[in-house]
Amino acid sequence: MADQHAAANQPLPANPEKATLEGRNKYLGFWFFLGGETVLFGSLFGAYLGLRGSTEGAPGPDELFHLDLVFIMTMILLTSSLTSVFAVINLKRGHFKKLLVWMWATVALGAAFLSFEIYEFYEYYHQGLGFTVSAFASSFYTLVGTHGAHVAFGVAWITTLLIRYRKSGITLSNAPKFYTAVLYWHFIDVVWVFIFTVVYLLGVGG
Amino acid sequence: MSHVDPSAPLEGKPSKATERKLKNEARTQIVSFVFMIFITSTAFLTVASDVIPTHFAIPFILMLAGVQVVMQLYYFMHMNAKGNGWINVMLWSGMFVAALTVAALTVIIGETKF
Repeated sequence: MADQHAAANQPLPANPEKATLEGRNKYLGFWFFLGGETVLFGSLFGAYLGLRGSTEGAPGPDELFHLDLVFIMTMILLTSSLTSVFAVINLKRGHFKKLLVWMWATVALGAAFLSFEIYEFYEYYHQGLGFTVSAFASSFYTLVGTHGAHVAFGVAWITTLLIRYRKSGITLSNAPKFYTAVLYWHFIDVVWVFIFTVVYLLGVGG
Repeated sequence: MSHVDPSAPLEGKPSKATERKLKNEARTQIVSFVFMIFITSTAFLTVASDVIPTHFAIPFILMLAGVQVVMQLYYFMHMNAKGNGWINVMLWSGMFVAALTVAALTVIIGETKF
């Protein structure tokens, strides 16, 4: 009993996500995974850049893309990156309630981004851009769709964490889980920076 | 620390030094966020305006994207923190392979013409 009591009053370490060996391993392993993800997206970007001129008479980038919609989506995702940064700061300060609030804000912004993307794909489909109509269409949907799938996975992941740990407080076992989920979320934003630049801005202006 | 229960809630406040560090970190991150909003808007405006010639706009927006990505990696994802040597190795080797892949695929597919 004495032991349990001592354990229940653990002081907050400076970096709770890296305070245990398991946490440090998760952190390192997760960056290894992100290195691999970089290569995955690299190959999709390469395929898109090679094929983007092959529209085969179907609508091309300059007819389809609307920069205002993409700008709104970019701002939403960038803001969600900031809300997840605030979540990590509150994790390190030991403010569990605020951590949950900022994580829910991140989820909400992610869901908003996804609905814009679904609307966007729906529009393109109705303008004649099916997945198989041209090499541009296939490579565009694969690249942007894979990113969208990552957003959907991130939203599901963070929601699961939030439900699972809604009452637990910050612990040495859940701190690395929240932390890696936030790293994943930032990575999604990093990929989107390349997507809005290479796909949308170059599609309209280059 | 020998009987640490990982599922016990952590209590108390971080040390004064940590608190100070977090405050500085938050400030840096808010400043970087504002800067990222600014360079993103610049990139969109560069393409949206008719005045700026394409041969300038393309390298310019690619450079802005590079700056923004580095800021995300170092200020939001803390790649600049101490003890992150291997993390830098992993991500930048990923970037290196990705860059080679992009270059190779663009040239190969571009030459073949589908």
